[in-house]
Amino acid sequence: MGWSFPDPEACHAWGKGLGETLTIPAVIFLEGDLGVGKTTLAQGVLRGFGVPGRVKSPTYTLIESYATAHGPALHLDLYRLSDGEELEFLGIRDYLDEAALWLIEWPERGVGFLPEPDLRLRLSIASPGHHRLEVLLATARAASWLPFPPAGEEHDG
Amino acid sequence: MRVLGIESSCDETGLALYDTQGGLLGEVLFSQIDIHAPYGGVVPELASRDHVRRLPLLLRELQQQTGVERPDAIAVTAGPGLMGALLVGVSFARALGFAWGVPVLPVHHLEGHLLAPLLEGEAPFPAVALLVSGGHTLLMEVRGLGDYTLLGETLDDAAGEAFDKAAKMMGLAYPGGPILAQWAERGDPTAFALPRPLLDRPGLDFSFSGLKTAFRYALDKVRPASDQQLADLAASFQAAVVETLAEKCRRALGQTGHRRLIVAGGVGANKALRSRLADLASGARNREPIALHYPRLSHCTDNGAMIALVGGLRLAGGLVPAPDFPVRARWPMESLETR
Repeated sequence: MGWSFPDPEACHAWGKGLGETLTIPAVIFLEGDLGVGKTTLAQGVLRGFGVPGRVKSPTYTLIESYATAHGPALHLDLYRLSDGEELEFLGIRDYLDEAALWLIEWPERGVGFLPEPDLRLRLSIASPGHHRLEVLLATARAASWLPFPPAGEEHDG
Repeated sequence: MRVLGIESSCDETGLALYDTQGGLLGEVLFSQIDIHAPYGGVVPELASRDHVRRLPLLLRELQQQTGVERPDAIAVTAGPGLMGALLVGVSFARALGFAWGVPVLPVHHLEGHLLAPLLEGEAPFPAVALLVSGGHTLLMEVRGLGDYTLLGETLDDAAGEAFDKAAKMMGLAYPGGPILAQWAERGDPTAFALPRPLLDRPGLDFSFSGLKTAFRYALDKVRPASDQQLADLAASFQAAVVETLAEKCRRALGQTGHRRLIVAGGVGANKALRSRLADLASGARNREPIALHYPRLSHCTDNGAMIALVGGLRLAGGLVPAPDFPVRARWPMESLETR
């Protein structure tokens, strides 16, 4: 399934729609290279889930946690991780017991130490100003979370 | 009074001994790039945030360096930062406090950064402080010890993080911010038109995430880029960040009326930023000159000295340490208690 975004606002709105409809426990992987819009999409999802105020980049702190009316939200950015085992040093096990929204950027760097995803979102740049989102459903329950119907193939790429 | 300072909120592990009469007596630091003999050569990157193994060794080293076995008090970073990393430092501090029978007091990591220029012997308050690093980008009004107001901060990425990520896109190693700055010296800062995020809006907040995407577009357009194009890209990127930071500093000084600017954090070492701020400080539009205050370079990044300093200042100011205190991953600076 694919969506295409003509501007950052559309990307944020899609993420917000997802954040509003998903139910925890939810594990979402957010993939794509630097500058493709992961920050914008993540901010949308967290805003939709009810995170108030600023959503700062977790690149430096690796994990930011938020308490919302819908439950806890964990925003991870594994960009600086060199080995998944480092997640043990960060105490990732302490978070695994509780139902939460897990939003994980650069999940490929934490392979083997992360919960299984429900959804994989992969962003890329089709052309300047025009970004593409590919969505892979890893669990059936995640199908009902997606906002707006997918864009037709004629809009893709 | 001699205060042991302990910092372990993120990657660096730092210890220092500060004397409220005699100043800084000694300090030791372990960072990812600082491979030290006692650790037996190369430390695996895997353990880059493994403070547990480093703290006892660093304490021994500091005790040998200063000749002081037991301080009169312990100050430890209790937040904000990475919860696991903070807990290691605080547990270490509490154990030492119990064993030595000395008080332990919590220190706010960012207050350490803001007050670090005091380690040079000056008390530059009231002032506006720009804290700009890989993890933070914020403007704070500092009226005095414990008296702070947040003026603005980043809505997404920190400036240092933006530098590192742009460097990565160029194919430079992480953290590549300082390397990007070297490339920028040979480039034309006007070669590429990159956005100045939030400059067109009032307020003192920052946003650097959109700049990543703009940088990516510019880079993709010239791929495969020549060395001169890469240098021009680096210079244009640096100019966008520096101009944004400097302009917000100018607004913050105007808004508060203060004539002193403290610049702390790793990006504070950036030459282009220092040059731009020097222009700002001596600008013809100023009624009176603006004084710039930088900590020494080794105190721009995380260190134990700034934590020991804040602990010492608090105790000298009459703070009575509570027997227990929370460790906080997030901790608004305006809620600090001074007594």
